[in-house]
Amino acid sequence: MSDKIRLEMTVNGQSHSADVEPRTLLVHFLRDDLGLTGTNVGCDTSSCGACTIHIDGESAKSCTMLAAQARGANITTIEGLAVSGELHPMQQAFMECHGLQCGYCTPGMVMAATSLLNENPKPSEHEVREGLEGNLCRCTGYHNIVKAVLSASGQSAQGGGA
Amino acid sequence: MTVVGTRKLRKEDPKLLTGEGKYVDDIHVPGELWMGMVRSTMAHARITGVDTSAAAAMDGVHAVYTGTELSEMGLWAAPLPCAWPVTEDMVNPPHYPAATDEAHHVGEIIAVVLADSRYGAADAAEEVVVDYEPLKAVASVAQARDGADTAHSEHSTNKAYTWALIPDPEALDSAFANAVHTVEADFVQQRLIPTAMEPRGVLAIPSPAGGEITLYSATQVPHILKVMIAATTGLPESKLRIIAPAVGGGFGAKLNVNPDELLAVTLANKLGRAVRWTETRSEAAFSTHQGRGQLQKIELAADSEGKLQGVRVHLDADMGAYMMLITPGVPLLGSFLYTGVYDVPAFGFTCDGYFTNLTPTDAYRGAGRPEASYAIERAMDLLANKIGVAPEEIRRRNYLAGGREFENLETASTLVFDSGNYTPNLDAALEMADMNALRAEQTRRREAGETKHLGIGLCTYVEICGLAPSRALAGLNYGAGGWEHAVVRFLPTGKVEVVSGSTPHGQGHETSWSMIVADKLGIDPDDVTVLHSDTAISPLGLDTYGSRSLSVGGVAIAMACDKVVDKAREIAAHQMEANPDDLDFAAGSFTVKGSPDKTLPIQAVAFGAFTAHNLPDGMEPNLQEQVSFDPPNFAFPFGTHVAVVEVDEDTGGVELIDYIAIDDCGTQVNPLIVEGQVHGGIVQGVAQALWEEASYDSDGNCRNPSLLDYLVPSAMEVPFMKLGSTVTPSTSNPLGVKGVGEAGTIGSAAAVINAVCDALRPYGIDDIEMPATPARVWRMIQAAKAAQNGEG
Repeated sequence: MSDKIRLEMTVNGQSHSADVEPRTLLVHFLRDDLGLTGTNVGCDTSSCGACTIHIDGESAKSCTMLAAQARGANITTIEGLAVSGELHPMQQAFMECHGLQCGYCTPGMVMAATSLLNENPKPSEHEVREGLEGNLCRCTGYHNIVKAVLSASGQSAQGGGA
Repeated sequence: MTVVGTRKLRKEDPKLLTGEGKYVDDIHVPGELWMGMVRSTMAHARITGVDTSAAAAMDGVHAVYTGTELSEMGLWAAPLPCAWPVTEDMVNPPHYPAATDEAHHVGEIIAVVLADSRYGAADAAEEVVVDYEPLKAVASVAQARDGADTAHSEHSTNKAYTWALIPDPEALDSAFANAVHTVEADFVQQRLIPTAMEPRGVLAIPSPAGGEITLYSATQVPHILKVMIAATTGLPESKLRIIAPAVGGGFGAKLNVNPDELLAVTLANKLGRAVRWTETRSEAAFSTHQGRGQLQKIELAADSEGKLQGVRVHLDADMGAYMMLITPGVPLLGSFLYTGVYDVPAFGFTCDGYFTNLTPTDAYRGAGRPEASYAIERAMDLLANKIGVAPEEIRRRNYLAGGREFENLETASTLVFDSGNYTPNLDAALEMADMNALRAEQTRRREAGETKHLGIGLCTYVEICGLAPSRALAGLNYGAGGWEHAVVRFLPTGKVEVVSGSTPHGQGHETSWSMIVADKLGIDPDDVTVLHSDTAISPLGLDTYGSRSLSVGGVAIAMACDKVVDKAREIAAHQMEANPDDLDFAAGSFTVKGSPDKTLPIQAVAFGAFTAHNLPDGMEPNLQEQVSFDPPNFAFPFGTHVAVVEVDEDTGGVELIDYIAIDDCGTQVNPLIVEGQVHGGIVQGVAQALWEEASYDSDGNCRNPSLLDYLVPSAMEVPFMKLGSTVTPSTSNPLGVKGVGEAGTIGSAAAVINAVCDALRPYGIDDIEMPATPARVWRMIQAAKAAQNGEG
């Protein structure tokens, strides 16, 4: 195997440096090298979004890029979202709206949703659905996820029912 | 104040929301080896050579074993288990974790590699060279039935079994002979890839001195797995510990005993090193069983008013290449439900199971019941059309007990339905859907000649859950019982631990069980900790599937609480110097009747039971009780689903624009969780109706194994759903609960296809195969238009 390369990046406010195989996917670097296993892998085609993180403030699927491409980047994973034990408002909204069941898609879903609200603080229901199109969930039928995102944006979910 | 019935938020969530939930692939131990699978690239072939030399020579590769070598290593005491030999003469070809001389489906394991890293294992598996001599593949159940080629070359037929349930053949023949109206329909239940978001994975860890193995597996069934691993490997069951850590969804797909689980355990035991494997998503189409896969024929006999006189059903069921844990039984789980919620005097069901050279089938959300519900509910719409009444009217005319509330009613399919009250449930759905307004809008569009047609589809389902009374399972030749076990104990400080034999993977058991216990013991639900899914902590259990956890496992917990209170009453009476019968227990305290100031909290009783300083003579210390609950009957939830679709005649696109579901799962413990289960279930059924299908070519290759091509719906494809409920308590258990894990899926596929057909009725189209893709719908519209224009 080819020689390892040196990487430096900031993850959840901490700087890391490590030597990795050049082909290492970012998600595997986060999970297997840094032990940040909250970021999940649900597919091998960049389809499911379970691995969604923030790179320099924007959401990205961490299975779709090499760790080397994130050299020098500022990364936030699900582990970095809650501040001093307080759930992030999006995490809180997911809990209050029962927006998760098995929890496997949840970290990616929450990271995608927070990024969505950063770009569009008051999205319509349609915009929420469109914004989460790259994140698959098999448990919730998306009903309570969409409700949670609307709720986190300070809007009630019209048609979202009880 | 009672907690049961409230929308309590889940105690599982904070961990899962912050990334602290530990799934199998998140757990690592030093020295672990990564297993990589060399899988057959052919659906049916003789294996004429396996060259492992290049792989074995790679850096970081510890070992490479072919199927033959594994067999010669003496790792297997028995083939992979099938716990449900449905007939005495069922054909069940030996199925070992790796093939030796003949591969029977694409993806069957031919060799395994063990390497130091995730990527190293994948690289090494690529380097193993397999020589094949191709054999003709049986690539569909229709081809299997024709029988010109056999999926196993040693077989002369592909038929595995014929199973029949015809309680009164003469009555059935007579019903059809005397029918005024008959309906005959053929439906295809396409194969589905279950696609729990967490892929399956294993990590087997040997004890340092050898002899003991801990297996972490992404499984729904750690208890069943433990028994089966012992039986198939010969390892002593007492040396096995199975842990299902956080499990990312199951839907039946994690209800099995898989080659990878057996390989990890036996190789870890042999090598003295931990062995791990996580399937990739595209591998899962081959390494995890699939769902459905049936050709259905249903016939209805009715009188002049559309009142059913008989229902006759035949299935040709696709087993896939091998019998997995309950493969042959899945179609039979639905057999009892082909009469639906209807009063049917005569019933007959037959099923032929066939082998194909495809990934094995087994349980997938609903397991036999969505198929049954689909067939009868589609057929009822065809009957309604035939006699010219509305779908709701044909249902009203046929409801069991005339649509009135009933308890313990025997049906033609030989089951006793615990309770039902169908008319108010239907009325609630029609009202919530505003059916009259929908029909008016449909008519308006048709009269205006609009090209987006509105379709309204109804499904009034019933399902069986609470699997199961053990004696009933014996009658079906199932290899185990259906009880569930629970332990409830007070800790010295007044906190409560519950040990549950049910094993959640998203259902929120920790929350729901805490609520049941809180009410029973009069304590705060946050003072209850639920332990589960580890056979060392919860040695007795039969796990989670078939919507059984609450109606069997939850009931066991409630009954164990009652026993705890009974013992606590004895202790309290002793300490309060009163007669046990003179004590009231409410809100967590014992009070002497008539002396409200003389009270003793149950936590104080628990501490007294722990110190054992002052117990009644002969009483054992501690406050801990256990119950194995074997339900006297199944539970039969029901409901009415209404799907509203828009079909674009120009594109064939079907959009689900509204969905109404009124489900009756008996008493609800946590309506928030109930709704979540229904939401997810509905979308899985909608997905079968509109998008999902494991598609195979004529050589038995799956054409869409990845999520690029297998169309699991996103948030864009579905609307907000409108849910309501009626509550008809079950008579099968003291909580009155039924089950709701599969209900959504059981109701939704039929509702959606009924809606699509309703939209296309002006074209004379009365059936469409699932999934109703735009291409399929568009072609049917074009053909219908051509026929209507006399060009056909």
